[in-house]
Amino acid sequence: MSLLIPESGLFLWMLLAFVVVLVVLGKFGWPIMTKMIDERAKYIDESIAKAKEANEKLEKIQEETAAMLKEAQEKQSAILAEAVNMRNQIVEKAKTEATIAGQKLLEEAKQQIEVEKEDAIRDIRRQVGLLSVEIAEKVLRQNLKSDADQMAMIDRMLDEIKINK
Amino acid sequence: MNKINKVWTLMLGLLVTVGLLLPQRAAAETAGKEEESLDVTAMIFEHVGDSYYWHLTDWGNLSIAMPLPVLVYSQTSGFHCFMSSRFHHGHASYEGLQIAPEGSEYAGKIVEIGSDGQEVRPFDFSITKNVAGLIITSILMIWMILYCAKWYKNKDHASAAPTGFVGTIEMLVSYVYNDVIKPNIPKHTERYAPYLLTAFFFIFFNNLCGLIPGSANLTGNIAITVTLALFTFFTTNIFGTGAYWGEIFWNKELPLWLRPVMAIIEFIGLFTKPFSLTIRLFANILAGHCALLGVLSVIFLTAVSMPGVGNGVMSVVSVVLGIFLDCLELLVAFIQAFVFTMLSSIYIGLSQAEHHHEE
Repeated sequence: MSLLIPESGLFLWMLLAFVVVLVVLGKFGWPIMTKMIDERAKYIDESIAKAKEANEKLEKIQEETAAMLKEAQEKQSAILAEAVNMRNQIVEKAKTEATIAGQKLLEEAKQQIEVEKEDAIRDIRRQVGLLSVEIAEKVLRQNLKSDADQMAMIDRMLDEIKINK
Repeated sequence: MNKINKVWTLMLGLLVTVGLLLPQRAAAETAGKEEESLDVTAMIFEHVGDSYYWHLTDWGNLSIAMPLPVLVYSQTSGFHCFMSSRFHHGHASYEGLQIAPEGSEYAGKIVEIGSDGQEVRPFDFSITKNVAGLIITSILMIWMILYCAKWYKNKDHASAAPTGFVGTIEMLVSYVYNDVIKPNIPKHTERYAPYLLTAFFFIFFNNLCGLIPGSANLTGNIAITVTLALFTFFTTNIFGTGAYWGEIFWNKELPLWLRPVMAIIEFIGLFTKPFSLTIRLFANILAGHCALLGVLSVIFLTAVSMPGVGNGVMSVVSVVLGIFLDCLELLVAFIQAFVFTMLSSIYIGLSQAEHHHEE
């Protein structure tokens, strides 16, 4: 039965001991630990929030980068296409110009050739004329050794002139 | 896995050997003094109860016990202060004081024989085994927690969390603080946290210390638990809000005719709460100690009733069961500290009730 009745002596000692423990730890023990626990919990929460924010930012940046990259690629291909176009145009133009210039040159050359040909033909005609006169002279001299031949000749020529008239 | 199996086999083998040898010794000792059979009840009560000596062990016929200071105030003879060795283990009286014998109303306590031959109990605040244990555990606890608190100096919230002993204590503090105190007392947490944490660690630490053989059984003593419960009682009711008292004596959520009835019930409830706290802790720890001692007594009881192999077998059973109960007591040590803190937090939380805003 003595187990169920609190001893006043032990009760008083317990009161004293517990108050001492409570005061000492309540002042120098628990508040330091609970404060640190609270602060650390807060710090961890904040860190998580910050990490989340940073992740979101990073994602945004990545998206932006991707968009920029895409844009750049598009621009690049556009520029390339334009360059190809321009090259084609230039080549085309150059070709046309070359053709025209070539034709012009050809034309000029032809004209030159024509002129030269005519000159040459004229020259040849003159030569031929001269030669034929000389030949004719030689032939005539040979054929007209006698007076009879000369007379026959003159007659034939007179006849020809007459016929031509 | 193989290593663990080997260790288990070794331990079991050792246990069986000791179990089979021990009773032979016990039987040899009890031989010749058969009449001196073991009084289990007395042995258990000696272990769980208080004493003016710190009894460690018996070596043959020699009792190894530490005498403790006796501090007594008697209304007739004033203050007395001497070592308990003066009583020669209850066989002698000193300065008119003596330890009441078996069968007396105050068996085991210091009494003074009055002029009419009646035993009178003086006011006794001796350093008994429990008080000595209390002082030792209190000093240890203060030292332990202050040691932990010291770790936090020159550290801030961004430092790495503590490890080792400080980490273990912080884990417990953080568990009690975040999972027990805060949810129950969302407002003025910092006002109540020191008390609740002190109560938790005081109970837990003393529960664990009480499991050490030869130590004082503090939390299994009703004087200790009643003090703790009274602390909760006063903490709850001194800082109780108007709404709290309103809910007790005139609960507006109830029909009018029920309110006086509930007021009586609630008023009684004010006192049953600390009463239940007292009894729950004290009874749980006391029962655990008694069960453990009872199971271990089986060795000595069977030494007399069935000497030989029967006793050996029972010894092994008893030691295995004892180990199991010891493990269970470790669990109970935590659970009871947790339950006390939890219920105290709930009571305090209820006393912080706010007025319900009626629409």
